[in-house]
Amino acid sequence: MSEKKKRSFEHVIRERWCKGCNVCVTFCPKKVLSLKNGKVFAERPDDCIGCRLCELRCPDFAITIKERIAVQAESDSSCVDYAIPPEANHA
Amino acid sequence: MPEAKLMQGNEACTLGAIAAGLNFYAGYPITPSTEIAEMCSEELPKIGGRFIQMEDEIGSAAAIIGASLTGRKSMTATSGPGFSLMQELIGYASMTEVPIVIVNVQRVGPSTGMPTSLAQGDVMQARWGSHGDHPVVVLAPGNVGECYELTIKAFNISEELRVPVILLSDEVIGHMREKVILPEAGSIKISKRKEPDSPSSYVPYRADPDGGVPLMAPFGKGYRWHVTGLSHDETGFPTNKGEVAGALIKRLMRKVEKAEPLIRDYATESVEDCDILVVAFGSSAMSATSAVRQARAKGIKAGLFRPKTIWPFPEEPLKEIISRTKRVIVPEMNTGQIVYEVERIAAGKATVEKLSKVNCELFFPEEILEAITGGQK
Amino acid sequence: MSENLNYFRQNRLPHIWCPGCGHGTVTGALTRALAKLGIDKNNVVVVSGIGCSSRAPGYLDFDTLHTAHGRALAFATGIKLSKPSLKVIVLTGDGDCTAIGGNHFIHAARRNIDITTIVMNNSIYGMTSGQYSPMTPTGMLGTTAPYGNVERPFDFVKLAIASGATFVGRSTTYHVQLLGDLIEKALLHKGFSVVESIGGCPTYYGRKNKIGGAVEMFEWQKDNAVNIKAAAAMPKEKLDGKFLIGEFHNEEAPEFTSQYIELIEKVQRKFDDFKGGVRECAQNSD
Repeated sequence: MSEKKKRSFEHVIRERWCKGCNVCVTFCPKKVLSLKNGKVFAERPDDCIGCRLCELRCPDFAITIKERIAVQAESDSSCVDYAIPPEANHA
Repeated sequence: MPEAKLMQGNEACTLGAIAAGLNFYAGYPITPSTEIAEMCSEELPKIGGRFIQMEDEIGSAAAIIGASLTGRKSMTATSGPGFSLMQELIGYASMTEVPIVIVNVQRVGPSTGMPTSLAQGDVMQARWGSHGDHPVVVLAPGNVGECYELTIKAFNISEELRVPVILLSDEVIGHMREKVILPEAGSIKISKRKEPDSPSSYVPYRADPDGGVPLMAPFGKGYRWHVTGLSHDETGFPTNKGEVAGALIKRLMRKVEKAEPLIRDYATESVEDCDILVVAFGSSAMSATSAVRQARAKGIKAGLFRPKTIWPFPEEPLKEIISRTKRVIVPEMNTGQIVYEVERIAAGKATVEKLSKVNCELFFPEEILEAITGGQK
Repeated sequence: MSENLNYFRQNRLPHIWCPGCGHGTVTGALTRALAKLGIDKNNVVVVSGIGCSSRAPGYLDFDTLHTAHGRALAFATGIKLSKPSLKVIVLTGDGDCTAIGGNHFIHAARRNIDITTIVMNNSIYGMTSGQYSPMTPTGMLGTTAPYGNVERPFDFVKLAIASGATFVGRSTTYHVQLLGDLIEKALLHKGFSVVESIGGCPTYYGRKNKIGGAVEMFEWQKDNAVNIKAAAAMPKEKLDGKFLIGEFHNEEAPEFTSQYIELIEKVQRKFDDFKGGVRECAQNSD
């Protein structure tokens, strides 16, 4: 497990659209995000596991999670089975 | 060869609509307009058109607006109660400039009234039934043949000006059978809305502020434009700017006002030297025609002015005729609606007399004749 | 993956909705489902009525139609019947769809017309500042229910199924992945498909009922929604006061517009020597 290269993610934030509702911050399973001056920003981007729940729930379309491709290009769909917190799996 | 046929007003109206290019009909059954729906349900599938019986008249008006947005020529037909229900969406079609034709075969009101009896009580409603300033065009056929002609005209005006056009028929005109000589299909003038050439520079509501008509793109062709009943700017998106909203209302109203001389339609009889002018429309005009002829036979200088475009009212020609007359009589099957428009136009140049009848049966020509002869028997 | 942004009129954003309003989450889920399915945006028409949720089409880059209160489905019926090749989506709210538009809703469902309807249920009339709707739970407060709502709300899923909808699902804005899956299935479904999304109106419903803000409303959804599959194995008393989410109904049935096109073909075969209308007007045919 520890052999697996740690994946890293970039948080594209469209501040102009963000209304600071705090939903993404509250429900981030790794507490990556926080609010600054009423807008979201990625305070601990290295902790991000790429579950994209912030992006999906954001009512303002203000966040996009992009995976930084390190060595081998992985397709986006491979993210699905990777450490999604159980609470994300209500479907 | 043009052929003569015996038909009902409602039937002529349907045939006129189909001749004009009708290919979408949505409606809800209501007396005395139902024949139009029945005939459309039978004829439209034959030509690949669409017919749907909606859950109510509001739904019918909505469905034809939706259909028109895809580029179809669409129509509904109704009567009093259903026409009342449609009012909000008539305003919507005016505001969004979606061409539709609505046939209102008037019956006795208010409320359910007398579904199979005659009245002409929807004149003002046809003009001002929807809230807010809004443009509409209202045409009133005076006989069965005109149901055919004016329905075609209704479609043409609707397409050219992008306004809802109301064909204000009535129970007698709709149900009466007359011999009609239909024109040859090729001889009929048919208009179609102007479409933009390409999506690249399309600004949906860009038009001359002085009553211009914007180009209309059909849905599903890559224009991806927005339609809203909210006050909008030329892009079609909502605006909160009073001056933009005001300019829109002005353009919409001006559109019809400017076209009035072109769409104006009326008939006259013996008006060249008349002292007494009868102004009547729809079925009342049939009795009025007879009364005027009888008066002439008695040597009374009576004439008839019969508007076919009711809104906008053919003001200019009527004003000219009134300037040469002494008395104007306005028989109508209501307690007085069009008479006020005539009074306004007469502006005191002649006395205007209201002759109203609301007992649900057509004027006898003698009743109008009596009004014409008045004191001078 | 941000290709869903291509489905927005980005120059119209940010939107008018309040911070934390669930309508944005639903609109986002819709665009993601469309992007995932690779649906051509020139072939989509989005129709809405009046209300907060009905403002969504203005932000979406399709042919969009913002109509009159309650009438979206009637307009959409005209569009779909005119041009069955178009993907027609109706975005509506609880009041718009089940109160003033209730009649159009049950009839669109009855016809099984191929339209996807997404109902953003926030249990309140938000645009007019918080009156109770036919989906406000009994006892809850609204500006027109200052002593608590005495009316019974619709169970929208039951209403949709009973009316004849052939795909019916429900999710919440918290359960956004399920929401996306249901919308995707609804878009693929041939027939009248309905997805109810339970979302929060923090500004009026949340505040009036002292539930809290956006976050608390999401929490409430998390705590009170039970997936229909999980519920099947749960004792009844554990489901007290909870509501179910998931896919409730999925059946195949004749779809209205294809039935009508078949009818046209049948009629035209019968009148095979037909020259284009009673008056030989060929321009009517498409």
